[in-house]
Amino acid sequence: MFLRLRLPLLLTLLAGLIPIIAFFFKDDATFIKKPNSWLEQDMVIVSGFALLLGVVNVVQSNVRKIERREKGWLFAAVLLFGMFFMGIFGAAGAMRLGGLPGIGNYPNGTPTPFAWGSVYMFTPLQSTMFALLAFYIASAAFRAFRVRNLEATILLVAAVFVMLGRIPVGEGAFGSVTEWMMQVPNGAAQRGIIIGAALGAASLSLRVILGIERSYLGLEKSE
Amino acid sequence: MAGYEVFGTWVAALLTLCLMSFLYKDNPFFRFAEALFAGVSLGYYIGITLDQTLRPNLFIPLAEQGVTGDTAHLRFAGLVGLNLYTRYIPKIAWFARSSLALYVGYYVGINMVQKLQGEVLPQAAATMVDLSGDGNVMSAFNSFVMLVGVITVLMYFFFSVEHKGGFGKASRIGIWFLMLGFGAAFGYTVMGRVSLLIGRFNFIVIQWIGGTLQSLGFGG
Repeated sequence: MFLRLRLPLLLTLLAGLIPIIAFFFKDDATFIKKPNSWLEQDMVIVSGFALLLGVVNVVQSNVRKIERREKGWLFAAVLLFGMFFMGIFGAAGAMRLGGLPGIGNYPNGTPTPFAWGSVYMFTPLQSTMFALLAFYIASAAFRAFRVRNLEATILLVAAVFVMLGRIPVGEGAFGSVTEWMMQVPNGAAQRGIIIGAALGAASLSLRVILGIERSYLGLEKSE
Repeated sequence: MAGYEVFGTWVAALLTLCLMSFLYKDNPFFRFAEALFAGVSLGYYIGITLDQTLRPNLFIPLAEQGVTGDTAHLRFAGLVGLNLYTRYIPKIAWFARSSLALYVGYYVGINMVQKLQGEVLPQAAATMVDLSGDGNVMSAFNSFVMLVGVITVLMYFFFSVEHKGGFGKASRIGIWFLMLGFGAAFGYTVMGRVSLLIGRFNFIVIQWIGGTLQSLGFGG
């Protein structure tokens, strides 16, 4: 019971308190600065392992799909092909295996397979996927910008000024209004949102450290 | 153009067209490109994580310094990271909780300090400025609008009090500021997406079609 439930909560409390306490001490307070610096370095490493954890989940669910010949299993195979192509060459490059100089280019400027995949597959696919949204954002704009009430009108006016003020033809006429709108009223809104969100995040952090919020461990409040 | 560039340009162009075919309707070409994108993205992050996170922080220090007292905490970090994978062994799946607890605990601790010291205090300080604007009317007006905006937006986000009466009116002004912010963000997003779209068309027309015609001896 202690190892399964209490120990993780105790570790969260300890790991959470170290950076908070360290914040209040100068660099020569090695009793707290040293463990904080270790944790800082170590958690970057753990985050690397945590990121790769997602790979296992993706492989599991897609292999299952292929085995059961579920609808769209061919696309699952394409996904795994893409992942293994980039993943294997990326891992080999990172380990400097097979004469690879890394994950970038060879000294003569020729790309490694990983760099080739980044430039000719990953980047165009990513940009096109985002660019496609330009079409859908137009229909979303039609729904959002219909002048039904004061709030929708303000939304419309702000968006129109920002769009007009950022293109060459409108920069002269609307540039200064856009600039003011972005700096002052938009700045005030963003500042309010940042303060509100930061306070919310800080209070959630406190709940996690104190063990009130424990769903990230798969535990219920009563456990 | 080198062979890998020609081949790469064709691959990139065909994948771009596959994705754009969605504008007509959902089809197997789009789904192929979509699945490939998901896989390639994941593979890309595997390479980046291994090369830029694990290699410089774990593999190289361990290889250079070996098993010494100085690298003990790195070995510990490696074990904590590997322990995350015990979740796939049902009998000892709970082992992974300890690693997760350390990882989450440290980052929420850091997050709490960073949010309060790096965001709340500087943003509040920047709002609480001299409203006289040092004699500059425009500056004074801007500071006043900023102060009213921040306070009313925060009032809108304060749900412990019912939004009616004077408080309701103030929070309504907060909504106006928020709408202005959302409108501006929407405008920026549209501009960003359209700019990406122009980039893709430039690639198709100039690099792919233009490059191919040029290699066939057409054009300059």
